[in-house]
Amino acid sequence: MSNPQFNSVEVGTLLPSLVLPPLNRTVLALYAGASGDHVPLHIDIDFARKAGMPDVFGHGMLTVAWLSRVLTGWVSQQLIRKIDVRFIGITHLYNEVTCSGRVVEKLEQEGEHRVRVEIQACNQYGDKKVVGEALIALP
Amino acid sequence: MLDKSYIGRNLGRITTEVERGRLRFFAKATGETNPVYTDEAAAKAAGYRSLPVPPSYFFCLQMIDDPDPTGWLTKLGVNLQHILHGEQSFEYLDMAFAGDSLIFESRVTDIYDKKGGALEFLVTESTCVNQLNKVVVKMKCTTVIRNPGAGKK
Repeated sequence: MSNPQFNSVEVGTLLPSLVLPPLNRTVLALYAGASGDHVPLHIDIDFARKAGMPDVFGHGMLTVAWLSRVLTGWVSQQLIRKIDVRFIGITHLYNEVTCSGRVVEKLEQEGEHRVRVEIQACNQYGDKKVVGEALIALP
Repeated sequence: MLDKSYIGRNLGRITTEVERGRLRFFAKATGETNPVYTDEAAAKAAGYRSLPVPPSYFFCLQMIDDPDPTGWLTKLGVNLQHILHGEQSFEYLDMAFAGDSLIFESRVTDIYDKKGGALEFLVTESTCVNQLNKVVVKMKCTTVIRNPGAGKK
C-alpha cells in the first residue's frame, strides 16, 4: 500500500469515504460475538424495550470500527497515532451509515509530519452519530 | 449517585492472547475488505509479522477475555439498561499482531455528573502492554449512565 505524502496532502483533502449497507440484526449479532461486547441492549429486543428503547441499536464501537476502516483505507495502520471519538447519536436499525474523513490541519509534532483528520459517521438523513478526530503521521 | 471514592480504583489486569481466528471474525463482523486483516500472506507482504490488530479492536480485546467485563459496573450499582458509550480515545505507540500476548490494566480516573445527576459520567483509562513489555496503546473510555427520574423537580 502506498501512503499519501505529507507534501501532497492539503487542509481540506478528503479521505475516500465508506458507505455501509443498512444496519441489520445479523451485523449486530456478529459484532457482539466478534467484539466480546455482550451488552444485551444491542442483541436482545426484550432487554432493549425494558430499558425504554424501541428496539436494539448499533454498538458505538461498531461505528468506530467502520471509521477506522476509512483511516486504514487511506494509510497503513502503523501511521495512526491517535483516534478520539464522541458518540452523539444512536445508530438505529436500517440506518445507512457513511463514514468520512477530512484533513483539517498539517503539523509537526514529536519530530514527525502529521495531519489532523476530522472523522464522522452520519446516517442517510445526515444525522451525525459519531464524530471525532485522528492524528496521522505521513512520510 | 455513583460512589466517587471509586476514583483512582484499580480495575485489575486482563491478559489476552491475540488469536488469528478472532481477528478474522472481527473483520467479517465489521465488513473489512482489506486482505491485510484476514490473509496472513497479505499481512506479511505489508511488512507485518502476522495479522494486525485493527485500531478499534483493542477495546474489544480488553473485554473478550474478561470473564465478567461489566461486573465492576454492576458492583458500582450501575444498571446496564442505562449505560451508553460517551467517548473513546486511543493513543497508539505500537502495533499488535496475531500471536501476541497483551496485558491490559485499567483504573477509574473520574466520576462526575451533569443535569442535576440525570447523567453520570464514568471515566476509565487503560494501558495495553505486549509480551516484550512495550506499551502498545493507551485508551480512555467515558461511560454515560442515564438516571431517569434524577434531576427532575
